[in-house]
Amino acid sequence: MRDIVFGQYVQQKSIIHLMDPRAKLIFLVAYIVLIFCTFNFYALAVPVILAVVMMLLSKVSIGKYLKSLKMIIVVVIITAIFNLFYGGGQVFLKIGPISITEGGINNSIVIVLRILCLLIASETLTFTTTPTDLTDGIERLLKPLKLLHIKVHEIAMMMTIALRFVPTLLEETDKIMLAQKARGADMDSGGIVKRAKALVPIFIPLFVSAIRRAMDLAMAMECRCYHGGEGRTRMKTLRFSRVDVFGFILFSFVTAGIILLDIFLPHIVR
Amino acid sequence: MSAIIRTENLTYTYGLKTPLEKTAVSDLNIEINEGEFLGVIGHTGSGKSTFVQMLNGLITPTKGKVYLRGTDINQNKKELQRVRFQVGMVFQYPEYQLFEETVYKDIGFGPGNMGITGDDLDRRIRSAAAFTGLKSKLLQKSPFDLSGGEKRRAAIAGVIAMDPDVLILDEPAAGLDPQGRDNLLSQILEYHKKRKNTIILVSHSMEDIARVADRILVMNRGKAEILDKTRNVFAQGHRLKKMGLEIPQITKVTQKLIENGIPLPQGILTVEEAYVAIAQLLKKEGRL
Repeated sequence: MRDIVFGQYVQQKSIIHLMDPRAKLIFLVAYIVLIFCTFNFYALAVPVILAVVMMLLSKVSIGKYLKSLKMIIVVVIITAIFNLFYGGGQVFLKIGPISITEGGINNSIVIVLRILCLLIASETLTFTTTPTDLTDGIERLLKPLKLLHIKVHEIAMMMTIALRFVPTLLEETDKIMLAQKARGADMDSGGIVKRAKALVPIFIPLFVSAIRRAMDLAMAMECRCYHGGEGRTRMKTLRFSRVDVFGFILFSFVTAGIILLDIFLPHIVR
Repeated sequence: MSAIIRTENLTYTYGLKTPLEKTAVSDLNIEINEGEFLGVIGHTGSGKSTFVQMLNGLITPTKGKVYLRGTDINQNKKELQRVRFQVGMVFQYPEYQLFEETVYKDIGFGPGNMGITGDDLDRRIRSAAAFTGLKSKLLQKSPFDLSGGEKRRAAIAGVIAMDPDVLILDEPAAGLDPQGRDNLLSQILEYHKKRKNTIILVSHSMEDIARVADRILVMNRGKAEILDKTRNVFAQGHRLKKMGLEIPQITKVTQKLIENGIPLPQGILTVEEAYVAIAQLLKKEGRL
């Protein structure tokens, strides 16, 4: 249970770690939009190169990235295979009703690269940003929604608390599992019904303790006069720095580059 | 006395091959005798808990072996469940493992997993509850309705009901009030005397250990520093102090008295012993 890599923060000193979480969030959203606005391989090469550069700049070991990619590799392969049969253009191979075409091959290459880029970019964000910074950034970016009477601060606080308790609950699960195993609980054998039943002794204590923790936390927050986001100041105010400005400039060039490549070079057969 | 558990170069490393790699237990070679009451003491992070969790195969050693009555417990993974019935383990704060509708059913979870049913099961549950001093009217209640101390007893009863030959207790009295602590410890001692099984008690409280243990294993930074009779261990106050451990307060007081020329016997471990020794001394001098 401990080796869940996805969404984990990795302590490092890199340019990307130094960036403002708001900037990183904006870049991620813009990047995702850009990936889907590439209509030929030259344009697609730009975000691919950018992904590799981000990976290297983050100073997070490539192994960590690969480990998290491992979890979705099956999904990637299945999408690639399905896309192979879609699309027009020259037919390379025909077996009965299905045929592999130039468009199909192009499609599956594009889709694989897009998914990989998407993953690497979001991984870079979570690897280089602490959960608190991340929710802070989200809170600030969503602030305009307050006009629509959406409780942005409360939502961000819930996210922070939820993220904060993930490792705690994992640890708790480990402990309870060991305790029940010590009483002879058998979780690794038997059919699906037996296995589902074996989870009862784990989940009931886990829920009980999660609820107990939630009540303790609510009490502790109230004791410290927490009353929501109204008039609340922050210990750490987010500030855009030179790195962020540089990032914005670089990103504008990248965007312009992709658009130009899209316009001036022929689109691939789909 | 023969050894019931023997360890051979027992080593456990957390987070192997990561930057957070930490050896919690290293190269432990000890023998635990059949029917003894062994106390395990050590500073926080000295590897006590990790060590006892390896004794019934809950965690697999990185290196080395654990022998239970001469057989390596990790040799056959399928036999591990049976090992766990022979070596019972009560974790720290065991009340968090309660889950059944009634206390009665929860205590019966362990023996139920062993395949025990009917009258035999009923007999085990009731005697386990009696051993831990749990009132029989509580058995039909939900475990979540009990008080903290009662929950603790119910959880310990859940392990005792499996009737293990070796019972490991990791800080069983942590977080209880002084009276609850004393009661629980007395009950464990009484259970040990009646059942004549092997008990391994991990504790931070030197007073508790001094009261009940035959021998003490002192752990420091994952190594077995001392394994000796209780009296001999607490006679080495300075050595323990270096490891950040204390000797029982009453032992400290009597040692100071001895240093100041009052002829008391060495290695007094409990207040009762001190009381008897001092009373005898005063009588001899005609002051009582």
